[in-house]
Amino acid sequence: MGSSQSTTGEPILRLRGVSKQFGAVSALTDIDLDIHAGEVVALVGDNGAGKSTLVKTLAGVHQPTAGSIEFMGRPVTLDSPGTALDLGIATVFQDLALCENLDVVANLFLGHELAPWALDEVQMEVRAWTLLQELAARIPSVREPIASLSGGQRQTVAIARSLLLEPKIIMLDEPTAALGVAQTAEVLNLIERVRDRGHGVVLISHNMEDVRAVADRVVVLRLGRNNGVFDANTSNEELVAAITGASENSVSRRRARKLEEMDHSS
Amino acid sequence: MTEEKSPTALDRSDSRVRHDEGIIGAVRAFMDRIRSGDLGMLPVAVGLVLIATVFTSLNPVFLAPNNLVNLLFDAAAVGCISLGVVCVLLLGQIDLSIGSMSGLASALMGVLWVKMGLPVPLAILAALAAGALAGLVYASFLNRFGMPSFVSTLAGLLALLGMQLYLLGSTGSINLNYNSALVRFGQILIMPAWLSYLLAVLPGVVIVVTGLRAMRRRAEANLSNPGLSVLLAKTGLLTVALLIAVSYLNTGRGVPYMFGLFVLLVVIMNYALTRTKWGRSMFAVGGNSEAARRAGINVNRIRLSAFMLCSTLAALGGVLSAARLASSSQQAGTGDVNLNAIAAAVIGGTSLFGGRGSAWSALLGVLVIQAISNGLTLLNLSSSLRYMITGAVLAIAVIVDSLARQSRASHGRA
Ligand SMILES: Nc1ncnc2c1ncn2[C@@H]1O[C@H](COP(=O)(O)OP(=O)(O)OP(=O)(O)O)[C@@H](O)[C@H]1O
Ligand SMILES: [Mg+2]
Repeated sequence: MGSSQSTTGEPILRLRGVSKQFGAVSALTDIDLDIHAGEVVALVGDNGAGKSTLVKTLAGVHQPTAGSIEFMGRPVTLDSPGTALDLGIATVFQDLALCENLDVVANLFLGHELAPWALDEVQMEVRAWTLLQELAARIPSVREPIASLSGGQRQTVAIARSLLLEPKIIMLDEPTAALGVAQTAEVLNLIERVRDRGHGVVLISHNMEDVRAVADRVVVLRLGRNNGVFDANTSNEELVAAITGASENSVSRRRARKLEEMDHSS
Repeated sequence: MTEEKSPTALDRSDSRVRHDEGIIGAVRAFMDRIRSGDLGMLPVAVGLVLIATVFTSLNPVFLAPNNLVNLLFDAAAVGCISLGVVCVLLLGQIDLSIGSMSGLASALMGVLWVKMGLPVPLAILAALAAGALAGLVYASFLNRFGMPSFVSTLAGLLALLGMQLYLLGSTGSINLNYNSALVRFGQILIMPAWLSYLLAVLPGVVIVVTGLRAMRRRAEANLSNPGLSVLLAKTGLLTVALLIAVSYLNTGRGVPYMFGLFVLLVVIMNYALTRTKWGRSMFAVGGNSEAARRAGINVNRIRLSAFMLCSTLAALGGVLSAARLASSSQQAGTGDVNLNAIAAAVIGGTSLFGGRGSAWSALLGVLVIQAISNGLTLLNLSSSLRYMITGAVLAIAVIVDSLARQSRASHGRA
């Protein structure tokens, strides 16, 4: 099990022994995780492995049942999403968490409007367009309510929102799940740009290609526990084995069968 | 903008969107909105015209200037209460105790002022403070225990009514001094004609000035503009309508100060809801409270502000209605006050489901409600029939709200 020694210095975020229980379900057990400045950490695992729960815990949405979280070397209590945002932890949630009755601009700036006593709509709209263009967004109008946007457009809005506050760490929970080819490429570019600016990125994805393309380290969760840290060059088989918990699994069996068929046909 | 100006405006680069420019474009966009179920103020406007035609044909006195002046006097108190209701409805919550709250406020003010000899402003302040306190209690129940506002305010309805009866207990009602400034404000004080005309022109001036500034800033930022003609046409229509209304009222007694106070509150609330961070947060919490929380909004504080505003405005409504009736009685705030205030907000276009509405709906809705009640009174119909008809109007308003919501959902407008 390879551990990371690639990154140097103090981690921005350091988790030790973080656990989260939902009643009888232990969604997270004893999770350790370090995120450094200027690195992309991919968080992978099967459905229900606890990835979203971990991200929500760091976003202040859920409170951990046990364990400690340090931010820039200081122990912190993330008791509300506001606290996490103020520290500089921005999140794109899997379920996006947008207000359907508000337009794109209002959603982007929600909670952080410019000029709170006399909203600066013009400035907000300009920044909205610039941000969306950076993401190669295909959004016809930023003055339409979110309800009228397609799934991928909503996802772009959610990603744009997380970038707005210049966070120290940005966590993306399956940000490319609904995106088109160009938009996915833009998001991957963007992740690299954010990293190069010296911010930390946590990327959750089921797409190993995307993960391999941008991640510096791959952290595997399995049934709510740490199941290894790998670097980006690790082979697909090894990752799949860590994710599913065995080298003999449905993915490898399927691949073997495919290979066999190809052998027969040739 | 630091980049060089592109030939197309920043928000006009997507070729799929039809961009409505000029007056024809504005009309076309308006029709689209209506069709998709975004009815806005249309049902109210239609309703008002309908009501006016029916009642005038039954009794021409209805449209007499002085009857309309009376109508405006009556509208102010319920209107204030309704303005508070808009706040809680925007969050998808409800306050059923507004009637009792207004009754308690009027009793409290009567007792403090007439019986205990406190100066009027202090008595009013005490009544408003009582309102704020009630709202604080409801919001705490909701925030701490997750107690639905439907239940807590239903309990509050009884509790506050009890306090009102207790305060007035021995006497049953307290008469307020007819010559006092408060009662004169509630019954006879009318704006001088010049002031009412000035106030009729003011909105147009403000809209044009702010509109021109916004247009200049948008042009500088390379954003598109709907066009000067639309702005001028809208403002012109509004100003002409206001001037006609005011000059018609001035052929009678004129525009009551009390109604002016109510409109001022509506304007302030409208600004707060549409142009401040607090207002944005109100809509966000009403639309999706979990999303609002994740955006860093303090949802509990927003709820607290809404419930406190609602009860305080209900208390103010109680004070105004005491001034209007020159008495604080056990009947104050009972009967149809509750229903009327909630109905006014919904009829005016504020959704019961949260996240949609505006301060103007209190103004428009209360005009509809008062027009109905005034017209039926002119026809000498008993209150039994009045209740039934108002109930039916509320039912229609809620049906329109639900249908519009379904239509919006299918047109992707939430
Ligand atoms: N709010 C909740 N209440 C109860 N149980 C929950 C809650 N949220 C998550 N869980 C449970 O925690 C476990 C982990 O869920 P989580 O959403 O973190 O999975 P995930 O790794 O993000 O999966 P996916 O890849 O499907 O998004 C699941 O068993 C889920 O049932
Ligand atoms: Mg998930």
